[in-house]
Parts: sequence; C-alpha cells; structure tokens
Amino acid sequence: MKEYSVFDIVGPNMIGPSSSHTAGACRLGYVAYKLARGSIKQVTFFLHGSFAKTYKGHGTDKALLGGILGLLPDDERLKGAFHLAKEKGLEFSFVDADFGPEQHPNTVRIAISRTDGQAMTILGSSTGGGNIRITEIDGVSLVFTGEYPSLIIPHDDKPGMVGRVTSILGQHAVNIAFMRVYRQHKGKAAYMIIETDNCIADAVLHEIKRISGIANAILVSIN
Amino acid sequence: MNFTRGEELLALCKEQELCIHEVMLRREVELTSLSEAAIQAKLSESLNIMKKAVELGLTSDIKSVSGLIGGDAKKVNEQSDRAKSVCGQLMSKAISRSMAVLEVNAAMGKIVAAPTAGSSGVLPGVLLTVAEEFALGDDTLINGLLTAGAVGLLITRNATVAGAEGGCQAETGSAAAMAAAAVVEMLGGSPVAALHAAAICLQNVLGLVCDPIAGLVEVPCEHRNALGAANALISAEMVRAGVVSIIPFDEVVEAMYRVGRSLPCELRETALGGLAATPTGQRLARALLSCRLSMQEDI
Repeated sequence: MKEYSVFDIVGPNMIGPSSSHTAGACRLGYVAYKLARGSIKQVTFFLHGSFAKTYKGHGTDKALLGGILGLLPDDERLKGAFHLAKEKGLEFSFVDADFGPEQHPNTVRIAISRTDGQAMTILGSSTGGGNIRITEIDGVSLVFTGEYPSLIIPHDDKPGMVGRVTSILGQHAVNIAFMRVYRQHKGKAAYMIIETDNCIADAVLHEIKRISGIANAILVSIN
Repeated sequence: MNFTRGEELLALCKEQELCIHEVMLRREVELTSLSEAAIQAKLSESLNIMKKAVELGLTSDIKSVSGLIGGDAKKVNEQSDRAKSVCGQLMSKAISRSMAVLEVNAAMGKIVAAPTAGSSGVLPGVLLTVAEEFALGDDTLINGLLTAGAVGLLITRNATVAGAEGGCQAETGSAAAMAAAAVVEMLGGSPVAALHAAAICLQNVLGLVCDPIAGLVEVPCEHRNALGAANALISAEMVRAGVVSIIPFDEVVEAMYRVGRSLPCELRETALGGLAATPTGQRLARALLSCRLSMQEDI
C-alpha cells in the first residue's frame, strides 16, 4: 500500500473546485501537452460521462485547456485559460461524446493538431483525488498514470529495442519501477512505457533517442 | 517511525515522549528523506495558501463558477465585526473563514485540499482563528498542520475521506476531526486528548450524507464547511474541559467507515438523493446543466 505523506492529506495545493473534475482534468491536459512536444495549433476535447455533464460548473474545460497550455493543477492562471489560449492563438473546442457504458465516467479524448501539421490523440480518465490514467495514444491501447516519472517511447516493433533502452537506463543508475510494452499490430508502431523511481536527465533521453528504431523518448513527470 | 492506528500513534507518543506533530514530522523525514526544516518550509507554503484564500474570500466579491454561491462569507464576517454575533467572535470568525475558503475553491481559486477540496474550508477556518485569538505564531500553526495530517492519515488508512465512498461525514467530518486534534495540541493538550477531540467530531456527524446540487462543490458544501468548523471548536472545547470520547478513536473511525459504506449510493456524491433530489435542487441542476444560468465569464 502506498505510504501517504502529510502533503497527501493536508494537500494537494490546487485550484478548485474539484480534485477529480479540475485537478485531474488539468493533469490530463498537461500530459497531452507533454506528449504533443511542439507547438499546438488546434485542440478538440471530446468529453464523456460526468465530464460531459458537469464540465462547465467544475471548470473542467478551463482545467483541460490550462493543462494543454502547460499549466499545472496549482497554477492560478487556470481560471483564465480561455483568455490565455486566445492570446497564444490556440484554437480549441469542447464536444460532448459517448464512449460507451464501460468507459470511466470522467474520460476525455484529446485530439491535437500541431503547427507542423502532425496530429495526435490521447484518451485518459480522471480516476479520483486528482489521479489520472492514460489509456490510449494514437490508437494504441496502453496504461500509465503519471504517478512516477514516466518515459513514453514510441518505437519500431522489432527485437532488441527494450534491451537497448534499459541498458542505457541501467548505466545511468535509473531504477525501473514498472515497465510495459504495447503495440497494435506485430511489426507496426509500438510503445514502451517505463515508470522509474528517479528523475531522468535530458542527456539520458538524448542517448535513448539516438537508438535506431526509436522514434522518440518523452518524459512525463507531473509531481 | 510509522503508525496505522490511533492506538499505535498514542503508544509511540508515550514511549518517546513526543507530541503527535513531532511523531508526524519524524515520520515525514523518514518517508521523504527531506530535512525537518525543508518539510516545515513546505508546510509554511501550505499555510500561506490558506491565509491568502481566507483573505480573498472575506474581502472580494466572489461568485462561484456556476453562480450558485459567493459573498456569504463576507456577510458573516461583517456581522462578526459589528459585534452582533449570536455565537461569539471566535466561532463567528472560524465560520466565516471556512466559508471564505470554500467560496474561493468554488470560484477556481487556489486552496489546500485538507483532506479534500470539498472540505478545504474547515482546517484554515479553525486554525487561523484559534491562532489569532490565542496569539500563536506560524510555528505553532505548522505543528497544527502536522497534527491534523496525522489524524487525516489515520482516517484515510482505516476508512475514507472521499464523499463518494463515505458521504459528507467522511469529508467535513474528517476535516473537523483533523482541526479539533490540531487545536488541542496547539493549546498544549496531550496526544490522548487530541484523539478524543477527533473522535467526538466524527461521532457528531456520523451518517451525514453527500448530496451536492448538480454535483457541484457548492451547495450545501459551503454551509457544511461552516458546520465542520463549529464541530471542531465545540469538540476541542469539551475535551479541554476534561470531557472524553467513551468510544475510542479507532473504533469511531471504523464505525464511520461502516456507516459510509451502508449509505445508499444516492447519498454519496452522485447528486441523486438528499438536497440534490429536491424539486428545487433538480430545477437548479437542470438549469445549470443546460447552461441557462450564466456561467462565470472568463477573466
């Protein structure tokens, strides 16, 4: 069982009103911002379940948008996220959606278009207390929570990829807490999700990115 | 140094001749490898957020995101200043400050969830008021946050502080228990006395349901934060006079959890029962969800 810190109980420090509908929503937007890596031209949020029903009253829309702008859940600029987005020329829209009864009630699909023409989509849920779960990137089903520093590595589905990445982490004394590999079809695009105990230096990321067959290495660290 | 039950915490305090806040600080040092000073500095930041939220809620004209609440904390505060208070200055101030923080939360302001956003008013309302009345400094307030953290930790480990799981008793009841224990220790009471106060708080609101209008953290949450502040103060008052909880803290926590689990789901944050299901509650919910009530303009 996770050991709670005093700051989990008297905390977190956050923008209200709701840890699940505001703080968690902001985290989901923030992870999408990190994954998009580059300037975002347009974003559409498809809101499911309770997110669709109550998003205005909870400021879920502002929190999601603030996250996409790189703001964290305790940033007082969240309330003015619409204005901030307009200033930065980011186009945004919110659409009610229904992902079916099996889907978590606080779920959003975030569809991003970058200024360089690239598109990406992320599916994630706010699971309570400000915690989140990302369950899909660009159509590939996967799971990570952002609770630990997480390395998201899109790569070619071929032998030896995992070994090359983990030996680099080992050389730099980065301990892996959890690790999983996902793919849609054999031999097509795949993802490694590596959750670590330590933060990872930029130099280590660069080294991983130089491996042939690794498309990218994105570090998502929220806390 | 760790503990999962109140009894263990009290045994640690007795063995090592420490207050609850001292045990909690040492536990945090072991858990995080941070120094005591670094942890106290972080708590000082939390304290400042609480102070700012109180100030903002009492002095500015707040409207919640939905427009349902705002400005009530200021009204109560002005009454306490005019000395027309029914329950006396200290109680009146604690109430208005707890309401202030909840209003700031509902208006997308910055708060410390303690233990949750929906119950974030209780701890600052009570602690800042008691500190002012008894001329206690920030060091004592930081100790109070640690004591409160220890009580909240015990409830989180052995029951729940989530309204969706345990109803409002688990949220504002736990916040009150945390605040009451903190007040007792801040005023020099023993660890045993602190847990008596926490136990009494939980007993006082056993069964309190979570029934927010339209599912928003606004109505009746603001009034229940005021209730939580009052609950903490009356429990601390009784315990300081020597009153004890007949049922031990750990057993009260278990009872609270069982009561929470036996509440029907309509009364656990789903906005399907209680006040949310009244004709007025339903009408407001429909109006808010179809956005006929004007949402707060973006600033």
